[in-house]
Amino acid sequence: MKKKVNILRKLFPYVMVIPTMILLAVFVFYPLVNMVYLSFFDYNLIKEKTFCGLDNYYRIFFIQTDFRDAFLNTLIYMAGTTFFLLFLGLVFALWLQRDSKFNAIAQRLMFFPNICAGLAISLIFQWLMDDEGLFNMVLGFFDIAPLRWLNDSTTSLLSVMIVAIWKGIGYYALILLSSVKSIPTELIEAADLDDAGKIRTFFKITLPMLSPQLFFLLITLTINSFKVFDSVRLMTGGGPGNSSDVLVYWIYRYSMEYNKYGLACAGGTVLLVILLILTVVYFRVIGKKVHYQ
Amino acid sequence: MTQYKKPNVKVLKAKKMASSFISTILKLGVCIMFAFPFFWMISTSFKTYAESLQFPPTLWPEDFTLQAYITVFEKLELGSYLMNSIILVVANTALMVVIMVPAAYVFAKYEFKGKDFMFSILMVAFMVPTCLTFISIFRMFAHANMLNSLWPQILPCICNAYGIFLLRQNFMQIPEELIESARLDEANEWQIITKIMLPMAKSTMATIIFLSVTGTWNSYFWPLVMTISDEYRPLTIAIEKLKGLESGLVWPNVMAGNLVLLLPVIVVFLFASKKIIASMAYRGVK
Repeated sequence: MKKKVNILRKLFPYVMVIPTMILLAVFVFYPLVNMVYLSFFDYNLIKEKTFCGLDNYYRIFFIQTDFRDAFLNTLIYMAGTTFFLLFLGLVFALWLQRDSKFNAIAQRLMFFPNICAGLAISLIFQWLMDDEGLFNMVLGFFDIAPLRWLNDSTTSLLSVMIVAIWKGIGYYALILLSSVKSIPTELIEAADLDDAGKIRTFFKITLPMLSPQLFFLLITLTINSFKVFDSVRLMTGGGPGNSSDVLVYWIYRYSMEYNKYGLACAGGTVLLVILLILTVVYFRVIGKKVHYQ
Repeated sequence: MTQYKKPNVKVLKAKKMASSFISTILKLGVCIMFAFPFFWMISTSFKTYAESLQFPPTLWPEDFTLQAYITVFEKLELGSYLMNSIILVVANTALMVVIMVPAAYVFAKYEFKGKDFMFSILMVAFMVPTCLTFISIFRMFAHANMLNSLWPQILPCICNAYGIFLLRQNFMQIPEELIESARLDEANEWQIITKIMLPMAKSTMATIIFLSVTGTWNSYFWPLVMTISDEYRPLTIAIEKLKGLESGLVWPNVMAGNLVLLLPVIVVFLFASKKIIASMAYRGVK
């Protein structure tokens, strides 16, 4: 009897984690392995799948130009949104750091888009940026020639980036604000007494104190910007041409719309490798952060 | 020779007032910048098609109409999409909790062989985005003939690796003595979880549930790739369809649908913005 209870006690933790482990195996790890495996096959729904080695990779990098376009656009999107979200986030955090009613309201309004569906935000901005939308009406009011925002290959990616920055800024300002507030006030006061000046105080005290948090956000933002999909599909459909195509949208089109699974999986594997490298960096940073505390 | 100049108090005061005035104006500008798109959505949704394209634009509809809402609910049968969204939110969140809590509990309070390995697997899974797994998962459900159901939108979404991690961190802070004394009182594991662990992790649970509810309600990518018929599509997909409902883009229709999608989020935020912001700030800093 006692032995039975003992075995049950030993089994208990495994019973508790097994649903999690099964779900992870079926819906995370198997699909990943399967994707890498399929990337070596010429595979679509019509033909039998045949092994083709690295052919898919050769095709997406050297023959088809749309993958390269999507890749480059993703890099531009990443650089632009990451830089502006961190920079503006920091500006707003420092600007709104005093506790006042007005600041709290501004902060809330800025944060709200974060919990809204990306779809809702994309549609609102698509309407604002429409050829007959409000932005162009305002431009027309000042006698400026209307822009084609999402319908022009020179501005489409930029417009998508503006919306992403608008949507995300409140979250990053919020996080940076709470790290600004965690800087010991004595440090700032001491600098004040020494007549250090606001700019010097910022560069010598505030910025160095925030740098671990900034670096952490930099990595998260970099990883997240590789996953951009909703806004691109909804607002521009990757166009005009491939001017605002991004990696995930490319993978989506090749798998769900063109049924070219082999190519889509090769593209996915490239994305996986990039994310893997970034994730290793991310965990190194987290490890360091814990170490310093 | 430099002379020490006495600061002119009046000038300093004027400067300070001017800068706080400018700062206030700028802040007002920021508020408008973030509130206006939502206001414009609401305003457009009550306009007639003609008024929505009128130049110069009207800030608030002169010809106030509910036509867009009527069109949206009649022509698209928004109700059935809405029902799917509600089912998905409830099912995903409930199943997530059922799977997450026991796992977080044993990861926090038990020692067993393979625990570290399993936990690192969990952390790796947390970093894998759905945009890499959807191809294989879609094929899996197609093979199992399950695409004509809500399961493809439920099963892959109920294992919340990040939630398990957050909850474990919280559970670990609960003193061992509490659990020991409960065991001496012959409490079983179920009672320990529901009477001790969960009540002490209320705010973490609230955060995770909030993220799951909004995440499911807002999700667009996953329902897009995991459904083949309208019968099982949630509200987000329906709203996108509004763009092609009538010939030409009728923005009042799209904005009306958009408001239906955003309304619950707006209401929740109006009542709990302070709590939501506090928990997000905490989560980000961690």
